[in-house]
Parts: sequence; structure tokens; C-alpha cells
Amino acid sequence: MLGFLLKRAALALAVAVTVSIISFLLLRASGDIAVAVAGEGATEADIEAIRIQFGFDRPLIVQYFEWAGNALTGDLGQSVYFRVPVVELIGERMPVTMGLGALALVFAVALSIPLGVAAALRPNSIIDRLSLWIAVLGQAMPSFWFALLLMLVMGVWWRWLPISGAGGFDHYIMPAIALGYYATPAIMRLTRAGMIEVLESDYIRTAHAKGLGTGKVLFKHALRNAVIPVVSLAAVQFGFMLSGSIVIESIFALPGVGHLAWISLQRSDFTVVQGIVLMLSVIYILMALVADLFNAWLDPRIRVA
Amino acid sequence: MSEIPILKVEDLRVSLPVDGGTLNAVRGVSFDVNRGETLCIVGESGCGKSLTSLAIMGLLPRRAKREAAALAFDGQSLQGMSPRGLRKLRGDRMAMIFQEPMTSLNPAYTVGDQLMEALLTHRKVSRSEARARAIALLEQVGITAAERRLAQYPHQLSGGLRQRVMIAMALMCGPELIIADEPTTALDVTIQAQILHLLLELKREMGLALVLITHDLGVVARIADRVAVMYAGEVVETGTAAEIFSDPQHPYTRGLLSCIPVPGRTRPGEHLGSVPGVVPSLIGSFTECGFRERCPLAREACARPIGLTPLGEGRAVRCVLAETEEAAA
Ligand SMILES: Nc1ncnc2c1ncn2[C@@H]1O[C@H](COP(=O)(O)OP(=O)(O)O)[C@@H](O)[C@H]1O
Ligand code: SF4
Ligand SMILES: [Mg+2]
Repeated sequence: MLGFLLKRAALALAVAVTVSIISFLLLRASGDIAVAVAGEGATEADIEAIRIQFGFDRPLIVQYFEWAGNALTGDLGQSVYFRVPVVELIGERMPVTMGLGALALVFAVALSIPLGVAAALRPNSIIDRLSLWIAVLGQAMPSFWFALLLMLVMGVWWRWLPISGAGGFDHYIMPAIALGYYATPAIMRLTRAGMIEVLESDYIRTAHAKGLGTGKVLFKHALRNAVIPVVSLAAVQFGFMLSGSIVIESIFALPGVGHLAWISLQRSDFTVVQGIVLMLSVIYILMALVADLFNAWLDPRIRVA
Repeated sequence: MSEIPILKVEDLRVSLPVDGGTLNAVRGVSFDVNRGETLCIVGESGCGKSLTSLAIMGLLPRRAKREAAALAFDGQSLQGMSPRGLRKLRGDRMAMIFQEPMTSLNPAYTVGDQLMEALLTHRKVSRSEARARAIALLEQVGITAAERRLAQYPHQLSGGLRQRVMIAMALMCGPELIIADEPTTALDVTIQAQILHLLLELKREMGLALVLITHDLGVVARIADRVAVMYAGEVVETGTAAEIFSDPQHPYTRGLLSCIPVPGRTRPGEHLGSVPGVVPSLIGSFTECGFRERCPLAREACARPIGLTPLGEGRAVRCVLAETEEAAA
């Protein structure tokens, strides 16, 4: 178990370093930042001054190590636009995004696992077809489209929920549904496939042979084995949701990290974008690690050698 | 002598929808098992032994269809029984040991959990009582360091140990009937003998009725009270072990026994003799004796479905030769 943990942690660290290099290089490669920072109408001298002020004139590798070293101490630099530390900007907005992500994940799991189980119990039944349709729709419809549809129906027509801005819990419901729905199809299909396979297995037959009730057989003996691959998938989907939050937060005007990323991209506020990419990547990597731990708990074959 | 058999099977049929039509895997199997008695079912692979045992336990795959003139446990019909009623019997009064020890235990739970669950499902006992029973049974099935084993997971155990755990699990509630479907086929030869020996001992000690499906004629000779020989979904011959071994009537039974005709002299581990030829397709219904293609004694008269000819109390053969002998007698 300790070996497994160390291996996973080392892997996570390696991924984090790689991601930080990529996010660093991507932004540097996307154009001359000094020009963007200087803004329109800046003279060649202005740009050169900025280049020196921000240290863009030094070798890339030096810049990377400086940036990464600072990042490790919690300093992600200054926002060019807001003129405040990036960490502060992100820190203020992180609770909104994390809350949204968590709620979206809960929604996705709460919808897709029961549907997947129900579909597996009665393949080709009405519930199976229905869940297939839900999956197809979820995969086919762009998330902004679905978000707008939600707004129209639940916000404008029925007036159930606020359509924009931050506030109480009710402001998070529609964005969470829009974001979570996107992850539903994959989780549901994998749950269904896993359950169908597990229900055919010999140990389920043993469980029946013991005289266990349907609930025990399904939820104690079958589901636990069937969700093992689903856990890793859910972690991946959570990562997609974090990137999806850029669109969703913008549409619903939720002042989260995604929204910040969106406005910073528009303003070429590269330190902020870079900081966000790094933060979201680290969160995603941590989620994957948590998923690994959860799987180790579910599956003793991982945990006990 | 009208004791109610612990298990009564009469004209059991199991069919499965397959690509080419309906696979009639079990076509009219009948036998009784009395309390404390051992019935051995023998027959080559694919003749419907597993489906017969699963049909009795109500564990057939969902797409399989089961029909029977009678299917009763201790006088209670299993056919009209509610799922709840069936659950109360399964694992409590009748238990099953499967052919596949490697995959029959749930990989996610400890041996102890799975053992105790068998008792806790049917009895109002505390966890510590269930635990004590699990330890006692693990010891009884020959597992050392039983207490430590409870905390282990199936993947930490060898196939032989897993099958011992399965046997202990089947015994948790003290069943009256155990159906063991080739419990040793998947194991090493040396382990096979040990496990079979264990089953025999347990059976003797506990006085339970046993339906043992096996390829091991040595074991059949040693423990069977009665034998049912199956071929292509049918019982082709039944009788006491002594009758089957000393006076086999059906040409298929004779073929099986050709290498080891004497009970008591066969050693464990000896396998069924091989009969040349292949099993007929089980799709659709038979228009002739199912064994005709391979039968050295086949004749004109065999070109129709053959019924069972009773040859006395609990003895019957499915062959025209018996029919004519009976007519001559
Ligand atoms: N789940 C199944 N689906 C389709 N055919 C099956 C299934 N189980 C068994 N069969 C077929 O039914 C016949 C009898 O199988 P089985 O009872 O397992 O035989 P045995 O246990 O005597 O080897 C075989 O032809 C086998 O291929
Ligand atoms: S009925 Fe005919 S073919 Fe069938 S076993 Fe008897 S002799 Fe052989
Ligand atoms: Mg079998």
C-alpha cells in the first residue's frame, strides 16, 4: 500500500512539473507578451522597457525556474491588468469554482450511477433506452447550448432560478446542471457496462446461492466492483468540468476562476492565465490521486499485495 | 418406505435461446435424493450437468428457461416458490459449491466477511458468534491459521484454499443438501484428491445429502449411493453405485466404465473412459436415440426418441436393448 501510494505521488509530481512547463511555454509561444502588456499605441522603447522590467529578455529556462520557484512559494506574479497578486485573484474566486465543480460532480454522479445501474438491470428496456438518449443528447449538445436552454426554460419561462450572477446556493444550481450533464453520458455508460459484466460474474452467482436479498447482491456485491473503473473516469471528468467552467461561469456570470480565465484571456493578462492553468492542473492531479486512493480502498487487489 | 426425498427432480428441462434456434441443454432429467444420500452425476462435458444443478438452485442465467413436472425440496415445490421463499432455502438448507473456485468469491471482501455473511443472512446471531463459526468451519475444512485467514482477501489464496473456503461457506448454516458441481476440476491433481476426501468426510460427519457432479469414477465408486449417468441432456442410466459398476446396461455407461469396471479397485484421480465420436447437436429435439451416432450397438430400432425403461426400484435405462429384454422377460 505504501509502495502504491509513493508510486502514485511520484507520478502526480512528474505530471505537475510537466504541466507547469507546458503551461509556461504555451503562453510564451503565443506571441510577444511585452507587446501585449504594453498595449496599443506603445512605442518600441516602451515595449523594450517592459521587456526588461518583467525580465522577458532573459533566457527562457531562467524565466521558467524563476516562475516555478516563485510558484512553489505561493507567488504566481502580478496581474498585468488588475495590478494585484495572481494568487489573491485566484484565491478569491476559487471557492466559487470549487463549489460549482463539486456540485456538478455530485449532480453527474447522482444522475448517472442510478441510471447506469437501472439500465444494466434491464438491458434494452425503456429505462435503458431513455438513459441512452440522455447520454446521446449530453454528448451531442455543446455545453453552452445546453446552458442557454436551461436558462431559457428554468430561468426565463418558469422563473425557478436566477439566471445570472453569484449569490446563494440557487445561483449554482443551473450552472452545476449544465456543467455536470456534460460528464453524465460517459459515467453512465461505464456504470452500465461495468454492472452488466459484474452481474454475470461467478461471485454474483455465489451471492445469490447464499440466499442474499437483491439489495445486498446489487449494492454490496455488484456495484462496489462495477464502480472501480468509474471512479477514475469521474476524476477525469472533473478535470473536464474545471475547463468547462470557463464557458459555464462566463455564461452565468459566476465570478469564479473560469470567469477570471475568460476575461484575462481577452485582456492578454498572461500571468493570470498561466497561474490559473497551473492551479487547475494541480487540482486535477490531486483529484486523480484521490481517485487512486478511493480505488485502492474499493479494490483490495490494489491495496493488499 | 415412503420417505419424502430431500430433493425430487422430475422431467426437468432447461432450454436456452441460441443463434440457430433453441438449445435444449437439459431434456427431461429425473432423480430423487433421499436424506443423507449421495447421488453422483457423471457424464462428459457439455451434457447438461451444470445447468441441471443451477436449475435446481434457481440460479440459471436469466435467458434460460426451466420447466419440470416436479422440482421439490423436502416436499416443497421450488417452482411456484416466491423469490423470498427461495432465498430462505438457498444458503440455509441447500447450498452449492461451484466448479470455478478462482472466480466464485467476491474480490472486494475478506474471506471472513463472505463466510460470516452466509450465516448472518439466515440466523439471528451476533457477529462474534458468526465469526466463531467461520473459524471453526475453516479449521474443519483443513485451513490452518484460520483466524488470520478471515482477514485475507480471495486473491491472497490459492485455488485449493479458495475451494475450501467455498466449502466452509456452503456449510455455514448446516445445510441438509449440498450440490457440488465438479468442485475439483479446476484444481491440481493432488489438491483434487484432498478436496474430495474432505467432502466425503464432511458428508459422513454431518449426514447431509450430497449431489456430486464429478468426472472421477474412483470417487463415484467410493462414495456414491446412487449414480445418474447423463448424456446429451438426458439421464441415460440410473441405479445404485453397485448396479452401475457391476452391471452397466447402457452402451454409453459401458463405454465410460470400459477401463475401470470394478468398484473399490479404482483409485481417486482416474477419469471417465473416453467414448469415440462427438455429442449430437442439442438444438431442436431428438428424432432418434441421442447416442446413436456413437453407439457400437446401434440398430434400426434406435431411429426414434427412446424413453427410460424402468428396471426395478430406482433403476432405469434409456436404450432399446433394455426395452426388448424387458419385453422378453
Ligand atoms: N449460459 C449459457 N449460454 C448458452 N449455452 C450454454 C450456457 N450454459 C451452458 N450452455 C450449453 O448448454 C450445454 C450444457 O452445459 P452444461 O450444463 O454447462 O454442461 P456440463 O456441466 O455437463 O459440462 C452445453 O452445450 C453448453 O454449451
Ligand atoms: S437405443 Fe440404440 S443407439 Fe441408443 S444406446 Fe441403445 S442401442 Fe445404442
Ligand atoms: Mg459443468
